[in-house]
Parts: sequence; structure tokens; C-alpha cells
Amino acid sequence: MKVRIVVTLKPGVLDPQGKAIHKSLEGLGFGGINDIRAGKVIELDVADSVTDDELDGMCRKLIANTVIENYRIER
Amino acid sequence: MTAAVVVFPGSNCDRDLAVAIESIMGRKPNMVWHGETELPAGTDLIALPGGFSYGDYLRSGAMAARSPVMRAVVDAAERGVPVLGVCNGFQVLTEAGLLPGALMRNAGLNFVCRDVELSVENAQSAFTSRYAAGETILIPVAHHDGNYTADAETLDRLEGEDRVAFRYTGNVNGSARQIAGVLNAAGNVLGLMPHPERKIEDAHGGDDGRRLFEGLMELVSA
Repeated sequence: MKVRIVVTLKPGVLDPQGKAIHKSLEGLGFGGINDIRAGKVIELDVADSVTDDELDGMCRKLIANTVIENYRIER
Repeated sequence: MTAAVVVFPGSNCDRDLAVAIESIMGRKPNMVWHGETELPAGTDLIALPGGFSYGDYLRSGAMAARSPVMRAVVDAAERGVPVLGVCNGFQVLTEAGLLPGALMRNAGLNFVCRDVELSVENAQSAFTSRYAAGETILIPVAHHDGNYTADAETLDRLEGEDRVAFRYTGNVNGSARQIAGVLNAAGNVLGLMPHPERKIEDAHGGDDGRRLFEGLMELVSA
């Protein structure tokens, strides 16, 4: 089973990388961008027996740093 | 004094720390590989070095914080053994939950590598007792992820409990409230981004880092 974990910075946490991408896109002539937040996607291939709770534990214990990041599990 | 310097794959300041500890504290530290599950018997000071443990994969310090030796480091810290984390070591300590907050990418996105001025905010801790409160010192930084972040409540608590050990006197990396180093609640764990081990003799262009190790020596020999 393929599982996709999307890690994003919490609202309010300064995202210098998002800001740099924003500025670069505007430099290329793209307009109308209100804001950009950069995150990461981790793809897992796991056994069907792996439970939601276990996936949640993986996120809390390693994949995301919940001090600064939120995560979303898509299975 | 039996110090341990933990070595992770990708650490690159472990030898600098060992040299500082040996030359100031008078005894060679044990170099402890991250895969060990125990620290040498009698370890009374633990130092986590700078570098790029695990290539900074996932987040700086994230993998190192989950390596086998860290369980022993956390146990020792809880028993009151002093733990010093410099640069990547600071990142590892926050990832391991021994210190609050997180260290994010520098606000300017640049790797910052230069001497910076710090003010000593708390001169009462085991690490800072040889400094005077409010004193400014010059210590080098070399990091890409030194932007200290925590929620406002945590920052207020750190300041209220006098747990900000050092502050940058200017904006170096975007750190919240210009925090350069923090202590845990018990005061036996210090993490800081600047490298005191790189300023211990005149050949380094100054020795402002020296007193941090001298202060610790009092503690461990007491």
C-alpha cells in the first residue's frame, strides 16, 4: 500500500524558502501569487496491515517536527 | 572528569571539541560512536558536536536524535549530567526533546560563517558561571539552520525562567528574540549555535569560548 505524508510548516512559522520561491516566480514574470509555503512529501510503501495509528506514530516520532510542522496522511 | 564526545556520521567538529576539552579540562574525552547504547562508566560531561549528522537528512539533527546512543544521553541528562550541544549538537538536543523549540533554515537563506557578538544573558548556569551577566563576547558561528523558533508562550517561559543563556547582539539568522543558546529547566543541558570550542586560544583570534569549559570543569570536579 502506498501512503503519502505531506509535511507543511505550521501557519505563522516563517518560511524563508517559500518566500524565496515566491520572489523568484515574480522575477520570472508570474503575477497574482498571494503567498507560497514550501513543505515536503514523504512516500511510504507499507504492508496493508500497517494501521492509521502506526502511521500517525511515525509522523509524530520522526517524519514531522510538531514544534514547527503539521502533517497530513493520505492513503 | 570523564567527558564523552558523541560522534555521529557526518559530525565534523568532534575533534575540535575534544581538543578544547582536553586542553582546558586536562583529560582526553572518550569519543563515543552514535551506535553505542551506553556511555562509558563515570561519564560526567557529554558534548554533542557540530557538523552535518546524517547529511541533515529530513531535518538537521532529526536522524541523530533517534540514534541508539541518544537514549543513554537522555537518561544521563535526566540524572543531571551536564550536556553541551554545539551547532548541530543544539539541533540534535531540540530534536531529541531535551531542549524546547526548533532550529529552522536561516531567515536570509544563506549559510552564515563569521564571528558574531553574543551577550551573556544568564551567568548563573554551570556553563556560564565564568562570564558576567550582560557581558558581550565574540564567538564564531557556521550554520545554515540556526534560526531558533518556538511559540510565544515557550519563548516567554524561557525568558521568565532565565533559560536564555546567550543572545546575538544583532540579527544573525532570524532567531526569535535573537536567541543563540538555551538551557533546559534543570540547567544541566545547554544548546547553542555558536562554537565556543573555536575560540579558546590567541591563535583562534580570541579566547572568549574558553571560560565555558573552565566553568564546567568546576562543576564536574566538585
